[in-house]
Amino acid sequence: MILIHCPYCDEKRAELEFAYAGQAHIARPLDPSTLSDEEWETYLFIRNNPRGRHHERWRHIHGCGRFFNAVRDTVTDKFETTYKAGEPRK
Amino acid sequence: MTGYRLPTGGRVNRAAPLTFRFDGASFAGFEGDTLASALLASGVQLFGRSFKYHRPRGLVGSGSEEPNALVSVTRGPGRFTPNLRATNIDLYQGMDASSQNRWPSLKFDLGGINDRLGMFFPAGFYNKTFMWPRSFWEKLYEPVIRRMAGLGQPPSEIDPDHYAATYAHCDLLIIGAGPAGIDAALEAASTNQRIILIDEQDEAGGGALSDPSLWPWLERSLKALAASPNVTVLTRTTAFGYFHDNFVGAVERLTDHLADLPEGPREKLWRIRATDVILAQGAIERPLVFDGNDTPGVMLASAAKVFALRYGVAVGESVALMASHDSGWNDAFALAGAGVSIAAIIDVRDAVDDALLAKASALGIAVRLGHSVIGVRGRLGVKAITVARNDGSAASDITCDAVLMAGGWTPTVHLWSHSKGSLAWRDDLGAFVPDVPNENVRCVGACAGTWNFGAGVVVDVLPTPKDPARLKAFVDFQNDVTAKDIKLAVREGFRSIEHIKRYTTNGMATDQGKTSNLNGLQIASTALNKPVTDIGLTTFRPPYTPQTFGALAGHAKDALFQPTRKTNIDSWAEEHGAVFELVAQWRRARYFPKAGEDMHAAVNRECRMVRSSVGIFDASTLGKIEVVGPDAAEFLNRMYTNPWKALEPGRCRYGLLLKEDGFITDDGVSARLAPDRFHLTTTTGGAARVLNMMEDYLQTEWPDLNVWLTSTSEHYAVIALQGPNARKVLEPLVEGIDLSAEAFPHMAIREGTICGIPTRLFRVSFTGELGYEINVPSAYGRSLWERIMAEGARYDITPYGTEAMHVLRAEKGFIIVGQDTDGTVTPFDAGLDWAVGKKKPDFVGKRSLARPDIVAPGRKQLVGLLTDDPNVVLEEGAQIVADPNQPVPMKMIGHVTSSYWSEALGRSIAMALVDGGHSKMGQNIFIPMPGKTHVAKISSMMFYDAEGARLNV
Ligand SMILES: [Zn+2]
Repeated sequence: MILIHCPYCDEKRAELEFAYAGQAHIARPLDPSTLSDEEWETYLFIRNNPRGRHHERWRHIHGCGRFFNAVRDTVTDKFETTYKAGEPRK
Repeated sequence: MTGYRLPTGGRVNRAAPLTFRFDGASFAGFEGDTLASALLASGVQLFGRSFKYHRPRGLVGSGSEEPNALVSVTRGPGRFTPNLRATNIDLYQGMDASSQNRWPSLKFDLGGINDRLGMFFPAGFYNKTFMWPRSFWEKLYEPVIRRMAGLGQPPSEIDPDHYAATYAHCDLLIIGAGPAGIDAALEAASTNQRIILIDEQDEAGGGALSDPSLWPWLERSLKALAASPNVTVLTRTTAFGYFHDNFVGAVERLTDHLADLPEGPREKLWRIRATDVILAQGAIERPLVFDGNDTPGVMLASAAKVFALRYGVAVGESVALMASHDSGWNDAFALAGAGVSIAAIIDVRDAVDDALLAKASALGIAVRLGHSVIGVRGRLGVKAITVARNDGSAASDITCDAVLMAGGWTPTVHLWSHSKGSLAWRDDLGAFVPDVPNENVRCVGACAGTWNFGAGVVVDVLPTPKDPARLKAFVDFQNDVTAKDIKLAVREGFRSIEHIKRYTTNGMATDQGKTSNLNGLQIASTALNKPVTDIGLTTFRPPYTPQTFGALAGHAKDALFQPTRKTNIDSWAEEHGAVFELVAQWRRARYFPKAGEDMHAAVNRECRMVRSSVGIFDASTLGKIEVVGPDAAEFLNRMYTNPWKALEPGRCRYGLLLKEDGFITDDGVSARLAPDRFHLTTTTGGAARVLNMMEDYLQTEWPDLNVWLTSTSEHYAVIALQGPNARKVLEPLVEGIDLSAEAFPHMAIREGTICGIPTRLFRVSFTGELGYEINVPSAYGRSLWERIMAEGARYDITPYGTEAMHVLRAEKGFIIVGQDTDGTVTPFDAGLDWAVGKKKPDFVGKRSLARPDIVAPGRKQLVGLLTDDPNVVLEEGAQIVADPNQPVPMKMIGHVTSSYWSEALGRSIAMALVDGGHSKMGQNIFIPMPGKTHVAKISSMMFYDAEGARLNV
């Protein structure tokens, strides 16, 4: 069971306190009505599937409740870093 | 007579004799014996039958590496454990054990016919043979294989034991309490680190337990550790898996070794998080591969030494050693020292260390260098062996009743591999050793490849003049894989060891190849003429040894499998005979049968009473979210499909929630209490999902909005009062709220008190009748319920359950998200266009409602169904076709989502998702069911009181 560092609690806690929340840094378009079908499709459905570094969101759902971002290696399953929502991509 | 108890020696307590049963016969042993050592001491050589060929098998090892001696132990109803290694079973007075995979008896086994047919069971036999025709597999092969092949029987009764679980945290976890592990613990003990030292055996010591010269050291060391308050020593505890971030799972066996079962758990699961881990798991000796090497009596040299020096048991009266490694010689010398007669030492090497030769000579042991065993005589036990020079010449027989194999050592790297540490090949050891760690872990002692067992050579198959195609030289004893199976796999084109393993099943038995992996790899390497490192290494996965389901399940079974959530009113329902159902994790009253009523009768009565007088319903399980803040209305306006900003305080609104893909995910009626405060309700099952979704948007998309979300699902008890007499029941109980239709219309909320309890009183209806939902603090739920029941008695107030609730809502065409929708239904598909704010520029899911697939014609749409025969209640989930006479397989155009008997209408009603349903009003569709095809007409879902006259009273 992985230990995950919550950037809000500033604590490493067991994985079972957290919930995965999909790929990170996909901002909801400010005005979806201006998007073409293709652009909207890309926003809705198209996701990375990298071998290696993956930017993803987690929620400390059984802790502080905050969503945050993480970089995890999909090969080793190790977290490189975690950082608060809104901070630039690492 | 083969094995026997030596007159002295060993750590067994000869003053404490025990009796036990094996296959129904009585045997004797001592306290401190394992089942294996006690049986061996009684002359038993035959322990089981092999998996595929049913060949007679004896002990190979002395510990968890044992592949053959799998037995079942029974200790009363439900306490039956199959597939235990006899070498790991601590003997107790009265033990009842039996062998497996034999019929009718261990010595006379019909399945042995497989062995005569052995040449017809080559590698990949199952894959090749049992593929066609399909019916043969189902009717012939599979049942026969199940009966003939396999391990022990599964237990047939519920396990009455319980199992504990605990978390532990430490600075240093040491796995393996042999000399290396104990030294590591002693060294760390002087610091103030928290240390846990665990070992799978009944006492700590590992290899030292079979070396009497180390016993004084062992006793001193264990005393020192016991005196260290920062050290915890766990024995009979198997570290079965090594997971991320130094998280190790271990199972402690608490009662399996006791004659009388005490109160308390049978096993305890330890979940250990350690800063540092030291693996001191030792090494396992490697068998040698030669014709007949699976005959009972052929075993590892190290095992024979353990039996002699730890348990005081000689494995035979005349024991031969077949070695390719020095360690076997030293084991033979130790056996001789313990009084075991050594028939001969045969070594495949042409030369060995002079000191070994001198020692053998001094002990009077005959030695044959440059020789190999080429055959074993005896079927149920070794009677003699044939040896020959490595060039095949000068074959001769040696009489013996046991043959020891000393093929070198394999470091136990299972847990290291679980932790994803890399391995490096050592040619000198012919083995993989730990290389680069992936966690805070290091290996010490033999599992690191550092041992003082001497030198040896690696041989894949011992030299033999016999036809290789006729050899029965086993590599994997438990799965009956021979050297020729592996060679055949290579000839058929398999190159990677992962493929060879799966094709031959080498290393795939319950022992995970502890004694077979490296020999299999060597044979493949020779056959492919490639170095071992080019062929790869199979992956070790948890568990290291098989563990009970009980230990892994722990307390999470029966009523504790998952929490049962109960409302404050639940106890009343139970006392009044409610039949319950689980909705999400909530226990909800489904109906309240009176004496003599079945479900149908009870639900009909409940529905009748709601429509004619008044019903009372526990709606406390509804999800509730308090939305507070200056931007609360703006937030809800962005989340829900309909407009929220203009909603006046004191009014309610039906909210429809989509996911960004445009599909319905939840719904519920919500109220505005104040300009900056809303009371949301969600479906019972959707509460957590909706809160998570809202938090996600609030935190990550719109962090500028000043809004706070709080789950209040369990803070309110909710009593729904529905029916034409609802107001009359409520009036005498409520203070501070004008209940008149003018002052308190449908879809409004008022705050006041009821029976002195503060309440949020909703005037809402999920039944189509005049109705209220009374929210009070949870703790008052039952007492208020009882007050309302008393007040309503004169109207024959009737408690109703979820089943009647479903019927009543379906009569009004109200959908249940998750029953009438399935994650692919848009508001338009569901006929909820009215709930979508067309003028809103944006809300979650809005853009998707214009996606090409969503606006395309022919989508499945929710409609009502009225069967031609009003007495037919369709089955929910039944498939719908347009033409019942088309050939099978028919084109299905939809399915029934909800279906009930409507007491109010005196006929059945149903809802269904049908292709282009909204444009098919009045058309007939067909529901083919076994024995009969039903006809139904597509209709509106508003079956009852379409104009809403009953609501606005
Ligand atoms: Zn946190």
